[in-house]
Amino acid sequence: MALLEVRDLHTSFQTEDGVVGAVDGVSFSIEKGQTLGIVGESGCGKSVTCLTIMGLNPKKVTVSSGQALWKGKDLLTAKPSELRAIRGDEMSMIFQDPMTSLNPVHSIGKQLIEAVQLHRDVSTRVARARALELLKAVGIPQAQNRIDDYPHQFSGGMRQRVMIAMALINDPDLLIADEPTTALDVTTQAQILQLMKRLQEEFGSAILIITHDLGVVAETADDVVVMYAAKVVEQANVDELFNRPQHPYTWGLMGSLPRLDADVERLTQIPGQPPSLLRPPAGCRFHPRCPHVMEVCKTKPPDLVSSPQDADHLQACHLDPETKEREASKLLKMMMAESG
Amino acid sequence: MYRYLVRRILWALMLFIIITFVTFVIFFMGPNDPARAQCGGDSAKAACITLVTEKLGLKKPLAVQYAYFLKRLVVQDSLGVSYQSGQSINQVVASAAPVTAALVFGGVVLWMIIGLTVGILSALKPRSMLDRTGMVFVLIGVSAHPVWIGLIFLWVFSVKLHIFPIANYANFFGAPADTGLPGGPWQWFYHMILPWITFAILFAALYVRMIRANVMETMNEDFVRTARAKGAPERQVMMSHVLRNALLPVVTMLGMDIGIALGGAIFTESVYNLPGLGRTLIIAINSNDFATVEGIVVFATMAILFFNLIVDILYAWVDPRIRLT
Repeated sequence: MALLEVRDLHTSFQTEDGVVGAVDGVSFSIEKGQTLGIVGESGCGKSVTCLTIMGLNPKKVTVSSGQALWKGKDLLTAKPSELRAIRGDEMSMIFQDPMTSLNPVHSIGKQLIEAVQLHRDVSTRVARARALELLKAVGIPQAQNRIDDYPHQFSGGMRQRVMIAMALINDPDLLIADEPTTALDVTTQAQILQLMKRLQEEFGSAILIITHDLGVVAETADDVVVMYAAKVVEQANVDELFNRPQHPYTWGLMGSLPRLDADVERLTQIPGQPPSLLRPPAGCRFHPRCPHVMEVCKTKPPDLVSSPQDADHLQACHLDPETKEREASKLLKMMMAESG
Repeated sequence: MYRYLVRRILWALMLFIIITFVTFVIFFMGPNDPARAQCGGDSAKAACITLVTEKLGLKKPLAVQYAYFLKRLVVQDSLGVSYQSGQSINQVVASAAPVTAALVFGGVVLWMIIGLTVGILSALKPRSMLDRTGMVFVLIGVSAHPVWIGLIFLWVFSVKLHIFPIANYANFFGAPADTGLPGGPWQWFYHMILPWITFAILFAALYVRMIRANVMETMNEDFVRTARAKGAPERQVMMSHVLRNALLPVVTMLGMDIGIALGGAIFTESVYNLPGLGRTLIIAINSNDFATVEGIVVFATMAILFFNLIVDILYAWVDPRIRLT
C-alpha cells in the first residue's frame, strides 16, 4: 500500500467572483521514503493540492472531493481531531516563506517544544532536549545558545532550517515542502536542498516537494507531476520525464531552465500568462499558449493517458506520438549541445 | 532590556521638562495677570498688585520663574497655591484625582471587556448576527458624543425609569457624617455605573473595531497556518498564536488612549457632576484660577507620562522584537 495515494482530487473555492477550481482531478501516489515533485507555474494548484491533503484550506469557502488515502485512510473525510493527530506527527509541512512562518513572539525553542508536546506526552525537559537535537541536525551553529532566541534573530536560511527541524521533530513519514527554497537566495537554496536530502536518508521520510523550478525537481525527486491550470498535464519517473518529455508545457519549462554554460540570449520563455481558474479556456487549458496548437485542442480537453513507450508515463496532449518524439529529441539535443 | 528601560525613563524625564515648560509659558506668560487675579480681579487695588507681584516674583525673567516653579515642584513636591481660594493645589488634586481615577479605570476595564469579547467573537464569526450587531454598535459609539449619551442616559434611566441616581458622586469610603450624602462602596458603584458606560462607549467602539481587524488579520498569518500544520487544536492556535500577536498593538493603543481618555473624562464629569479633575479644571478656567489650571495640567501630564512608561515596559515584555532595538 502506498503511503499517500491521492485519487481524482478536486478542490474549489467560493469567491465573490464565482467558483475557482483550484485543483481539478489530480491523482498521484507516494511510496515510503520516496520523493515526489510537483512542478508548475504560480497559481496552478500545487500548493492547494498539499493544503487539501493537510486539511488546511479555509473550511467555509472550500469544497473538496476525491480521495487522499493516508496509509489507506481517507484524509478528506477524516474528523478534525484525527487530522490533527496526523498533522505535525506522521505528516508535516514546511512553507515557502520562512520569514513569516514562525511566530514572532515565541522563542524558537518554545515553538519546537510545542510541536513535540502536541503529539508526545513528555516533559518540557525531554522535549527541549529533542528540540536541541533537531536544531543541531539541521545545522544551526551553537544550537544550545540559540534555542531561546526569537525568529527575528535568525536569517531567512536559518529560519527555514528551524522550520525543517520543527517539521522533522516527530519523525514524520511524509514531509510536504511547499516551495521550500523559493524565498531564499541561491547559495542558501542549494544548502537547504542538500540538507533535506541528507535528512531524508537519516529520517527515512518520504518527501512531497512543490516547486516551480525543474532544476530542484531534477536534483531531488524520484517521480514528477507537472501541473498546469489545476490539472495534471504530465506525470512520470524523473529520468523518463527528462529523457522523453511528452507535453509542450513541459518542453516550455525545460527550455526556460537557465544554464550557466549557455548563451544568455538562448533563454526561452513560455509566451503569455497562466489562465484564470475562474474561467479556464475550453479544450486543452494550455492551448492559448501552445506553439503546437491544433483545431482539436480548442474544443476537446485531452485525457491523461499512458505514453506509448512507458505505461507509467502519463501525459495529456492531442499531438501525435511522432511529433512529440521529434520535438522532445530536438529539445534534448539542443540542451545537450549547450551543456557540451 | 535594562538599556531599553533606562533609555525609556530618561526620555520620559525629558518629556516632563518640555511639557511643564510649555505649560508654564502658556499660563504664566499669557495676557492674564495672576497678581491682579489674586487681588480680586478688576477691582484690585494697585498696592495689592505690587505686593503680590513682588511676592510671586512675577517681574523676574522667564527662566528664573520657571526654575522657581520647577524647584517648588520637585523639591517641595508642591503644585502651588490657588490664587482664588488660597487652598493648596496639592489638596485640590488629591481630592479630585481619585474620582477621575475611578472613572477612568472603571471605564478602561469596561471598554476592554467589551472590546475584547465583542472584537474577538465577531472576528471568529465574520458576518454573523453578533458581528453585524457589533458593527452597528461601533458606528453609534464612534458617532455619538459622550455629553449627548450622558444626557440621554440620565433622562432615560434616572429621570424616567428611576433605575440610577441623578448624577453626583458617592464617596467610596463613606461621606462625611454631617453632610447626609450617600457613601460607601455600594453607593459609589451605583453612582458610577452610568458614568462608566458613558465614558467607555466611544473607546469600546473603537477597540471592538481595532481588535476585530487585528484578530482577522492575524488569523491569516503564515505562522498561524504553521501552528495548525503542527497539529495544534483551534483553542491553542487562538490563544497562543493569534491573540498574543493580535493584541500587541492594543497594548500600545491603550497606553496612548488612557491619556486621551483623561481628556474625555471632562465631559463625563460635567454631565454627571462628578467632582473629578475635569470638572475642577473647568471651574478653575471659568474663574481665571490659572495656578489651579496649571497644577492640574502638570499632574495630568505626569500621570500620562507614567502610564505610557508602564505600557512601554509591558510592551517590551510581551514583544521580544522591541527589547533589542
